[in-house]
Amino acid sequence: MAQYSQTHFDASFGALSDATRRGVLEQLGRADASITALAERFHMTLTGMKKHVGVLEQAGLVSTEKVGRVRTCKLGLRGLEEEAAWIERYRQLWAARFDELDIVVEELKRKEKANGRKKRK
Amino acid sequence: MDVRRESEATPTKNRTGVERKSERELVVTRTVNAPARLVFEAWTKAELFRRWWVPKSYGLTLLSCEMDVRVGGQYRLVFRHEDSTMEFFGTYLEVTPHSRLVWTNEEGDGQTVTTVTFNETAGKTLLVVHDLYPSKEAIDSGSTGAMPEALDQLDELLASLGSSTETK
Repeated sequence: MAQYSQTHFDASFGALSDATRRGVLEQLGRADASITALAERFHMTLTGMKKHVGVLEQAGLVSTEKVGRVRTCKLGLRGLEEEAAWIERYRQLWAARFDELDIVVEELKRKEKANGRKKRK
Repeated sequence: MDVRRESEATPTKNRTGVERKSERELVVTRTVNAPARLVFEAWTKAELFRRWWVPKSYGLTLLSCEMDVRVGGQYRLVFRHEDSTMEFFGTYLEVTPHSRLVWTNEEGDGQTVTTVTFNETAGKTLLVVHDLYPSKEAIDSGSTGAMPEALDQLDELLASLGSSTETK
């Protein structure tokens, strides 16, 4: 919800200044894909997509493997870690928030109980 | 002080779940051990909300928190972070007591819509916080507030808070 510390995330994704490359990473986060499939998905030429994949591969965000005539792309180790780390940071924020919510709610419960004993409202 | 009370003592923390539902959606879930009306109160009264929305370990100070919780009402939170201030604001789209809150978040590019549902079963409330971002880039750019965290510090803090919470 807030822009507290983009720097952390931005630094890790510095290689991803390009919207298409972000999209490719996002796509590969859900399933491996061939360069041909990616090119179709993002409406671009095979050469264009190869270039993008090359940039991602160099950044360690994507790895590719050629089987027969098909080159399959998947998230590189770094890409996987980033995604997981990012979700984990988000989870920790909410966990911390909810831990504090618990304290507030416990207090409301106690107050209600105390009031209930004194008088019914 | 160690006044014993009925089963409230152990603050066993429930699990917080996060799921990226789609390119533009993030869903957070957590069960709170209290009836929905109390949980809802903590989400809709500014003086309560401000006590938990910004985890104390994040080094942010909430300077002000205004919430006009009704359909069309506005909220505005102002934080100090290091040397600058940040504002977060938006509009409540739906307010259904004890069960559902929907608001927009408008300080970024485009509008994020947050839907919170309160589902009570056997005195406990399942909270589901659903964020719909204007684009997948808005999620990916980290505008979701995933701040670095010092959990040890937080635990200490919570422990001290827990023991000193006044009952009034």
